[in-house]
Amino acid sequence: MTRAHDSKQKWGRRGINGFAVAAMLYLFAPIFMIVLFSFNNPKGRFNIVWNGFTLKNWANPFSHPELTDALVVSLEIAFISTLIATVLGTSIALALSRYKFKGSGGVNLFLVLPLTSPEVVLGSSLATLFLARGVSFGIVTVIIAHVMFQVSFVAVTLRARIRGFDWSLEQAAMDLGASPRRAFWKITFPLILPGILAAALLSFALSIDDFIITFFNAGSLVTFPLQIFGASRVAIPPQINVLATMLLMGSIAILVGSLIIESRRRRLNAGPESKR
Amino acid sequence: MTKPHKRFASRPEWMGLGVMVFVALGVVALAAEWVTGAPAIGLLALLISSVVAIIWTAIMGGLDTRRALAPYGLLKPGILWLSLFFLAPLWSMLEMSLSSKKSRFDFFPAFTWEWSNYSKALTDFGPQFGRSFLYAGIATILTLLIGYPLAYVIAFRGGKYRSLLLGLIAVPFFTSYLIRTLAWQNLLSDSGPVVSVLETLRLENVMEWLHIMDNGRLINTPAAVIGGLTYNFLPFMILPIYVSLEKIDVRLMDASMDLYTTATGAFRRVVLPLSLPGIFAGSLLVFIPAAGDFVNAKFLGSPQTTMIGSSIQDQFLVQLNYPLAAAMSFVLMAIITASVLVYAKFMGTEDLT
Repeated sequence: MTRAHDSKQKWGRRGINGFAVAAMLYLFAPIFMIVLFSFNNPKGRFNIVWNGFTLKNWANPFSHPELTDALVVSLEIAFISTLIATVLGTSIALALSRYKFKGSGGVNLFLVLPLTSPEVVLGSSLATLFLARGVSFGIVTVIIAHVMFQVSFVAVTLRARIRGFDWSLEQAAMDLGASPRRAFWKITFPLILPGILAAALLSFALSIDDFIITFFNAGSLVTFPLQIFGASRVAIPPQINVLATMLLMGSIAILVGSLIIESRRRRLNAGPESKR
Repeated sequence: MTKPHKRFASRPEWMGLGVMVFVALGVVALAAEWVTGAPAIGLLALLISSVVAIIWTAIMGGLDTRRALAPYGLLKPGILWLSLFFLAPLWSMLEMSLSSKKSRFDFFPAFTWEWSNYSKALTDFGPQFGRSFLYAGIATILTLLIGYPLAYVIAFRGGKYRSLLLGLIAVPFFTSYLIRTLAWQNLLSDSGPVVSVLETLRLENVMEWLHIMDNGRLINTPAAVIGGLTYNFLPFMILPIYVSLEKIDVRLMDASMDLYTTATGAFRRVVLPLSLPGIFAGSLLVFIPAAGDFVNAKFLGSPQTTMIGSSIQDQFLVQLNYPLAAAMSFVLMAIITASVLVYAKFMGTEDLT
């Protein structure tokens, strides 16, 4: 009886592990496709049918200037908007986790609202405001739009990361004679910096990838996603796959790097009480 | 703390909150043009002077005053940005949704209490609304069915590879959203690998019977759109569930097993209830963007699978019918906000994301 029970449990365990592996494969199926087709030698204007292996797409990845220009525009927007959003979002997260104050519940709700509104609504309403006030669309309106959703994102993710932060460390520094400002920059800031960087990095990725909100507020400006959307109806050069694969490699490198830094940090910080 | 001292210390707090709310509303009033002309300049002057006054109070006041005012000072820039570019736009959208063009040659519609925009949005685009919520609902259930076991395996069997596995889940989503969806278009196309595998396994009839395939095609069917939504929003389900599972003390499961529950019983009575916050958060994070999405319907669907996001975009950017697009956005927003508020009441906002 017990043995039968045990073996049933074992099979259940294997079943769920197998399912997890299958789910992982599902997650990576389109990625495999993207990388594979960056080596395709397409026949027509669309890179859909496999037509033989070639390295020529990789040899000249920047041969479609409209594609490269769009990527540069996207990177510029992402840099500026992430910078603004990180400063604004970090101060909100600090205010919410560092202090107890009247109205914090309302601020919490207010912050979540942009994240829980569909992008079509955010994009179209902002565009309506710009239209009504006669603001001309372009890089500035796109940056404004991106900062709008990034601020909420940075604030909410960072607040979650620093929820368990030990604020008595700052108090200790002040007891030892540091000014509040010095205590913050010497103690608190370095400790929450990894969290800030992680939130900034993710919101950078959100900005580069944003399509729907940008679509409403770009006017004649063409960002990388807008360029892909336009191209998808006319012609899809394999260089899109090459650039996508490059972006992917870059993000994997950042991921691996941050994992290494984190594990090294953990080893350094591993005191006896820090274990679960 | 003595009473008079406390009363004294609570005053700067009220001042800070008051100025923050006043400045936020004032900015919305200016952007939405509730006040125009000379009063607007007066309001602007008042806003600036109230900010200057509070900075002055912080500089002149003691440490306690500064401490009470600090959170409002930190919040103000971000809150102002959101008031200006999130709240004020919602107001202009509301205004726009009740506007109409006086003549055909007017470029910009004027506010006329035009309620017919709403009835038009609901009657002309009923099927699109229905489809959006149906597809988003099915996609939410599918992401839960796929994401929960995956989050469970990573949280409880991942061991020291947990961070790595979690990172691996995020990696596919660092390629562009559109490129990913185009890759699915490729995978599901008539000459693509999925169709040919189904053909060699002779599963077409089963797929037709399940209404997944239509006349031997996978692409341009509702199933393809739902599949695309499921894929693209899967991580938004996995991550919150993982966060809530990770917090569970494994000893609770051992304890319930010691009390003679089966593994299924332990899961049903201990793990599942404790992971409910993650499931709720994940469901919202998948359902909301999925209901407003139009990329999947555009790349993987057909004219028969158009979702409301696509119709809004079409009315706004192609037909230039701003009032109708605004009314449609507002209906979508209203339905979704109602469900979020119910959720917030139910769970507390702190646990979202």
